[in-house]
Amino acid sequence: MKELSLNILDITENSVKAGASLTEITLTETPETLTITIKDDGCGMSEDTVKSVIDPFYTTRTTRKVGMGIPLLKLASEQTGGNFEISSSDSPEDHGTLVRASFNKKHIDFTPLGDIVSTITTLIQGHPDTDFLFTHTFGDAAVSLDTRELRQVLEDVPLDTYEVIKWIEENLKEQYAEAIPSV
Amino acid sequence: MKSLAELQAIKDKMKDKVILREGTGDMRVVVGMATCGIAAGARPVLNALVEEVNKEGLNGKVTVSQTGCIGICQFEPVVEVFEAGKEKVTYVKMTAEKAKEVVEKHLKGGRVITEYTLKDENL
Repeated sequence: MKELSLNILDITENSVKAGASLTEITLTETPETLTITIKDDGCGMSEDTVKSVIDPFYTTRTTRKVGMGIPLLKLASEQTGGNFEISSSDSPEDHGTLVRASFNKKHIDFTPLGDIVSTITTLIQGHPDTDFLFTHTFGDAAVSLDTRELRQVLEDVPLDTYEVIKWIEENLKEQYAEAIPSV
Repeated sequence: MKSLAELQAIKDKMKDKVILREGTGDMRVVVGMATCGIAAGARPVLNALVEEVNKEGLNGKVTVSQTGCIGICQFEPVVEVFEAGKEKVTYVKMTAEKAKEVVEKHLKGGRVITEYTLKDENL
């Protein structure tokens, strides 16, 4: 993957496929580090499946639907000296999956975040009936978007309406320009 | 700043159109957005399709949606066009530029761009 924002798009597709009603994408940045957290309330995975998704050689045959996405993100993180963790629960009371990857931004093998705004609009365009909470903090500054809030305003107008997607794109770009002038 | 008030205005404007939109949409364009598609560049292809369909005023006729792995990863990004009563058209190794052309010539003009489609001999 050329950009970490593409890994985020890829991993979040898993959350949607797991039937998540809300997926939280959280980016926490410092001058030296970036942490990506993707947390969903989807169906979750059994302990055995969680172990298997990390191993691309094991997963290719047995859980083909999971595939290379997780190993690619894990590699991107670990090649910068960062950490990767995945936890999941498929219990009926409390189910969902959490994926967290941290990165050392100064490392030569750090993949740039890239066009994260495009990732968010692509997710909403493709999955207008599920909710996303996106938060990107950089020290004290923050950019955020909660589709549940937008849905309240839009009522029965779908989130994948062209004008709405454009509004989201512009809104996020303006937030970035204001909060993180260097990004 | 793009405010919620502006979003409210979009809602008011779109409300009538939404009702109109349902029941139409006789063309469906699907972009493969699994790991293979995303890594090969499906995101800009999808965005170009959404953008051009709107620009050409085809929103009522064409639905752009996303799907998982189509099964021909080596040909990603893959775009499939479904039209009622016609055979499925599969475009392969797409780019944002080619996507714009597909909207103009195929979705709008009705002519399949065969040089971008998957050939039997490739399989």
